[in-house]
Amino acid sequence: MQGQNKLASFEKAVLPHLDAAYNLARWLTRNDADAEDVVQEAYLRAFKFFGGFHGEDGRAWLLGIVRNTSYTWMQRNRSPDLNMPLDDELHEVRSNDLNPEGLLLQKADAQMLRQAVEELPVEFREVLVLRELEEMSYKQIAVVADLPLGTVMSRLARARKRLQQILASHKQTEVLS
Amino acid sequence: MSCQTAQELVHAYVDGELDLARSFEVEQHLQECQVCASAYRNQTALRSAFKDSSLYHSAPERLEKRIRSSLHHEAKSEAGRRSFGWRWLPAGAAMALVLLMAFIIWRAVPGLRPSGDDLLAQEIVSNHVRSLQLETHHADVISSDQHTVKPWFDGKLDFAPPVKDFSSQGFPLIGGRLEYLNNRAVAALIYQRQKHYINLFIWPAEQSNASGEVATKRQGYNLLHWTNSGMNYWAVSDLNAVELHEFAQLVQEAE
Repeated sequence: MQGQNKLASFEKAVLPHLDAAYNLARWLTRNDADAEDVVQEAYLRAFKFFGGFHGEDGRAWLLGIVRNTSYTWMQRNRSPDLNMPLDDELHEVRSNDLNPEGLLLQKADAQMLRQAVEELPVEFREVLVLRELEEMSYKQIAVVADLPLGTVMSRLARARKRLQQILASHKQTEVLS
Repeated sequence: MSCQTAQELVHAYVDGELDLARSFEVEQHLQECQVCASAYRNQTALRSAFKDSSLYHSAPERLEKRIRSSLHHEAKSEAGRRSFGWRWLPAGAAMALVLLMAFIIWRAVPGLRPSGDDLLAQEIVSNHVRSLQLETHHADVISSDQHTVKPWFDGKLDFAPPVKDFSSQGFPLIGGRLEYLNNRAVAALIYQRQKHYINLFIWPAEQSNASGEVATKRQGYNLLHWTNSGMNYWAVSDLNAVELHEFAQLVQEAE
């Protein structure tokens, strides 16, 4: 592909997913300026690798690159997010977890939900963002987050469980204060 | 359906990822079980909270401009790398002459030039070090089963690398991956000796005659390379030279 041609088809296939790219980077880095830098770098990388893209799912392809770039950024900045290893072995629902949190989420306001998602470990945050905000299928999430399909399901389940726990504890402090 | 299964599946159910039969089973359970029904309500409440909360971060307008301009720049410089403009021809010719002279001098003085093997050894050591930095040892296919690892390379390489597990001799196979070395795609196999890792790189040799083991040491790593049955082999590890040789013998006997 020659320069201008390549640029034109790249812009057509990948640029429309800019919001998705920024949304993911913003949730992973939790900072506006960093998210912008990450997205710009990801786009340049994507442009370089565009020869390897064969017109499948442009959004999933781009988000995979955005995710990698975000992780590189977190490593470079020694983000504390990366020091919390997740154990996917523990994905089954334990029997004492079977009683759901007594929680009326309709009343959780946006600010509270936003804060709770930001508190989640990064591995939980990314699958939730891809599922709930990007509305991706498990298959697409598996591509973006480089996970086996089964792990996508169990991780989402655990992410939601954790999110509900965080929300519940926030509610409690709100009531007490 | 048990509550445990139901609460595991309720997520996939809410996400519309279950097949019809499974969905039906979940629905039935939800009708019968209050606890799981309330877990289900929590999930749907969470979903709608996400929908209502405008948590989506849209890209600021300036970002699109910034990206467009950096892409434009990149496309230009890519194009520049491909077509060397005519107006640079005289300067280019002069430059080429200087480079040619430098190359002739470099070829003529043996001490000045690193041999092909030297460069390759360097490349192999940095490849090895890089693979150790990753928890998975950079294995694209993780398996101690040679019948899993070998077929994995099918269609990824233009040759079939010999893959053998040496667990019983104390060198278990960990997995394999694709690498790019010496300007071509090669097979990399990862073996373990107690706490040490060995990377074994394999690719077809240009000449078919076998050559014996050549040992080198670089940055504290031991390297061994040999050619056999039309394949080049490079083994690299922080393992001592004696045991690495033992490993190389196993590989050669297995062929």
